[in-house]
Parts: sequence; C-alpha cells; structure tokens
Amino acid sequence: MTTTADREIDAEPAARFTDLLAAESIKFVSLRSTRWGVLLSALVVIAMNANAAFSDYRNWPTYNPQIRASFVPDWAVSDAFSAGAAMVLILAAGTIGALAIVSDYASGLARTTFAAVPARSSVVLAKATVLAGVLLAFGVVVAGGSFVASQGILAGRGINVTLADPGVLRGVVASALLAPVCGLAGLAIGAVIRYTAGSIVTTVALLLLFPALLEDRRYLTAVILHAQPYGSWGALHGLDTQHLSPYPATTVGSWLGYGIWALASVVVAALVVRRRDL
Amino acid sequence: MRATRPRGMVEPMIDVNDLTKRYGRATAVDRLTFTVRPGKVTGFLGPNGAGKSTTLRLVLGLHSPTSGTATVDGRPFRDRPRGLRHVGALLDAADMHGGRSGYAHLRALAASNRIPRRRIAEVLAEVGLESAGRQRIGGYSLGMRQRLGIAAALLGDPPVLLFDEPLNGLDPEGVLWIRGLFRRLAAEGRTVFVSSHLMREMEHTADHLVVIGRGRLIADETLAEFASRGEGLQVAVDTADPATLTAVVDAAGGSAVPAPDGTLTVTGLTAARVGELAYEHRILLRELTTRSASLEAAFLAQTADAADYLTGERR
Repeated sequence: MTTTADREIDAEPAARFTDLLAAESIKFVSLRSTRWGVLLSALVVIAMNANAAFSDYRNWPTYNPQIRASFVPDWAVSDAFSAGAAMVLILAAGTIGALAIVSDYASGLARTTFAAVPARSSVVLAKATVLAGVLLAFGVVVAGGSFVASQGILAGRGINVTLADPGVLRGVVASALLAPVCGLAGLAIGAVIRYTAGSIVTTVALLLLFPALLEDRRYLTAVILHAQPYGSWGALHGLDTQHLSPYPATTVGSWLGYGIWALASVVVAALVVRRRDL
Repeated sequence: MRATRPRGMVEPMIDVNDLTKRYGRATAVDRLTFTVRPGKVTGFLGPNGAGKSTTLRLVLGLHSPTSGTATVDGRPFRDRPRGLRHVGALLDAADMHGGRSGYAHLRALAASNRIPRRRIAEVLAEVGLESAGRQRIGGYSLGMRQRLGIAAALLGDPPVLLFDEPLNGLDPEGVLWIRGLFRRLAAEGRTVFVSSHLMREMEHTADHLVVIGRGRLIADETLAEFASRGEGLQVAVDTADPATLTAVVDAAGGSAVPAPDGTLTVTGLTAARVGELAYEHRILLRELTTRSASLEAAFLAQTADAADYLTGERR
C-alpha cells in the first residue's frame, strides 16, 4: 500500500464508459467456455450451410426441370444460409447473450462488479456493447463464410448466386445481424431471470420455439411471426421470387423488427438491473 | 463536506443512520444507527442471521434500504462512479467466476475503475497469490478465494475497507497474516470494518465493536468496555471436595457451578474470600484463579438477551 499508488489513483478522472467497455471485454474473452462456444457454433453453422450446398451439388442431376428452373436464385440463396443454420445461430447467440449476464449473477460476481461500479445500468450498457460487437463480428464471419463456402460449391455446377444479384447482399447482412439481435435478446432475458437454466430455457422458447409454432398461412400469425427475429430474418433472407407466401413481410418492416428487438432488449436489461437487491 | 477539506485530509467514515431493511415480513435490519471511524479496526459482531451481511450490502448500495440511510464519507456509496477507490469490500469469497483466472478477475475490476495494471501484481503479491494468479479460480481453495477477494478489496487503495467473515477458510498462518493486515490498514488511517460471528476472532484484532442481534444494535463501544459489561469476576476453583465447597460458597452468598473441566466456577465472591472459606472448612484447594469474564461469554450473554427479547415477536 504505497502512497505513490494512492496519489496516482486519486488523480484519475471520473468514470468513463470506455473503462467499463474494457472491463466487460476482459470478462468476455477471459472465459474459456465462451471462447469455445463462439468458435464451435461458428464452425457448425458454416458446415451446415456448406453441407446443404453440397447436397444440392450432388443431387443436381436428379432434380426435375421445375426445380432446376427455380433453383437460381431462390434455392441457391437458401443454401447460403439454411433455416436450420439460422436456428443454430439463434440458439448459439441467444445462449451466449444470456450467459454473458447470468454467469455474473449465478456466480455472485455481479455483487463484486456492482460494488466496484455502482452505476449498474452503465455496466450493463457496456456489457451489451461488447456482446453486440463480438456477435456482430461472429455474424459477419459466419454469414460471409457460409456464403463463400456454399456458393463456391454451387459454382461447380454453375448454379450459384453472387452478392450483386438482387436481394442477395441484404440476405447475407440479415444473417450476420441475426446474431447480435438474438444475443441482446438473450442478455435481456438473462438480466430479468438471472438463473442459468431458466434463462436458457426462456431464450430458446422465445426465440426458437415460439416462431416455429407460428403459421404464415394466416394473417395474424404471419404478422406475429414476422415480428420475431427468426421471422424477420426469413423475410430479409428468403427471396420468394415465386410468391409462395400469402402475407409477405416488408423489407422495411423486417429491418425495423431487428432494430426494435435490439433496442428494447438493451433498454430492458439496463433498467431491470437498477433497483434489484443482490 | 469533502469539498471543504483538502485532499488527503478526508476522514473516511461509515455512517449508518436509522437503517431498516425488511424483506416482506422479515426484518433483517431494524433501525440501526452507528458510525465506523478511521484509524482503527471495528469489529461487526452478531450471531448468524443477525443482519451483518445485509447491513454491509446496504452500505455498498447492493440492497436498497426500506428506510434510513447508509453513507460513506457523507455520501451514499451508490453515487460513486468508481467504487473501488472509495470502498474495498470482501463480501463473500464465492463472488467471483470460477472460469476466470485470479489475474483476469482483478484485471477486469481494475479496468472498470481505471486502476493502473501494475496494482494487480502488487495486490496479488500482498495476499500471497503471485504464483496462483494465472490459475483458474475454480481450482482455488476457500482460503485462496478469500485471499483473492482481499486482493480485490485492496486494488483501488481505498480509505474504507469492509470484510464479511474474512477468516472463513483461512489456515492459522492466514489468520495471523490477516490480523496483521487489518492492524496495518487501520494504522495507515483507513476505516476497517470486519464482520464475524465469533467473538474470539475479534478479540485480538478489533479496537472497537459494533454488536447486533436480530437486526438491532446491542453495543457500540470499545473492546474493553464491552468485555467489562460481562458477568463480572469469576473465580475458578479446583478442589478435592466440590460438593462441600459448593455448599459453603452458597451459604456465604456466592454461587458455584461445575465447569466442564471438573473445576468449579464461583461467582459473587472474590478469590480471597473463597480461600478463607476453604481454610475455615478444611477443604483442600489445588487451584484458585480469578478470571474476568471472557469476551466470548460477554458476547453470548448480550446477544442471548437480544434473542430472548425478540423470541415472541413475528419476524
């Protein structure tokens, strides 16, 4: 306990958001389970999409003329990021988001953290920023990697799409952004529930199970579905040039859906931690 | 207040004023008022469930009071943007994530309060965890977690330190070390507030005691004052004929009760008077010692009173 340290620390200015960002970044990357979770889920998602493309590459000679006619762009785009891969991405991002805050509460670290920085909402905003940044990078790598791998495989038969084709880039961006949107939703759920099992079950139920139960053949359920991250992603990513869906979502509405989920999640997480006893 | 004093002359005090915390019908802290002053070690004593941990959490703003206030240096702790520079706290050795290394745990805390990174190595050395700093906390023993928690409390070089049951899980060497640490922190002019449910842990550490039972203040006084409020003088007597001596002591207005070690504990008479009585009645004495009531006994007597007083009340 030196007096020089005393003076040096005393001379420091007031709290800055960048300090909290640095602290939350250290917390995020210093957990081995999180690092592995991010890496493995990225590999799984890219492998799923590559495999979908490879199946079509292999089965192409057996496809009838009708399928061949509609393969580019609709089917090729869906190989770039399949619905199953999107569900795995939602599961991974939602869980990582929920654990980002639940691991603090469940371990008791939240007490240590909030005793060190009593401005709890600022801590949670920093956590949300770090989480969104990491998951955005994750989403870009996964969506970009999936696109390159799948279309590279399909190019062997000349049935691929490129980013210059109408709506394709929008789909890749939507896939990339799905990760931070679902991660933030998980963070909000974790902040509200605070227990590991309950948070993960709720995240899966809300982000995966609920949209899977909704029918897009009826107007009301179609609207509710399109308001979910999974539904917004489907509308932004799928091209539906055959107009198979009776109540299609608008592009603007779907982007808005992403934005509202992300924003509402951050607001809920930042507010709910304020007055709780812990 | 702070603004009128030059930097470095601030008297860091913990002020608890009429503090009450209820959880539903249960009252954990009941109109508690006390002040913890700098320059000495203040023991915070009470039986399990007395409300010690709740009080410390209220001081740190981790819990919101039902009524009353808790301030550190005149301000609610929650208003401090950088908590570690004002109050260092070890609440529970479990309050860390087992998946991180001790070093990473401290690094995140240091970053959040913009504390220079070299402080991490300093505090790790201070608590004797230099070699374990890179290991995962999940592999630490309880004593090592206590040491890491203390390192975190020291990180911001704070003028006020709170420790909740810090001796749990420490080996005898660790207990000696921590007592020395508390004495030194107090000697440096810091406010050191240490909770315990065991009086004997405080006997050699604290200068001042705040004692609570069932959330209420029982005593706020120096260690010596507290001890003197015990049952008064006791005389330990080892005799060959305890039955006769007990009768003689009773007849003389004192009282004698058998102690677990086979001796008699006499109260109400001085050792000299017991010696005279034994001589008159030709009772052989092997030992005759005056004992002041132990602090533990004083503590138990006073907290038991509080418990009895409240037994009939709905909590």
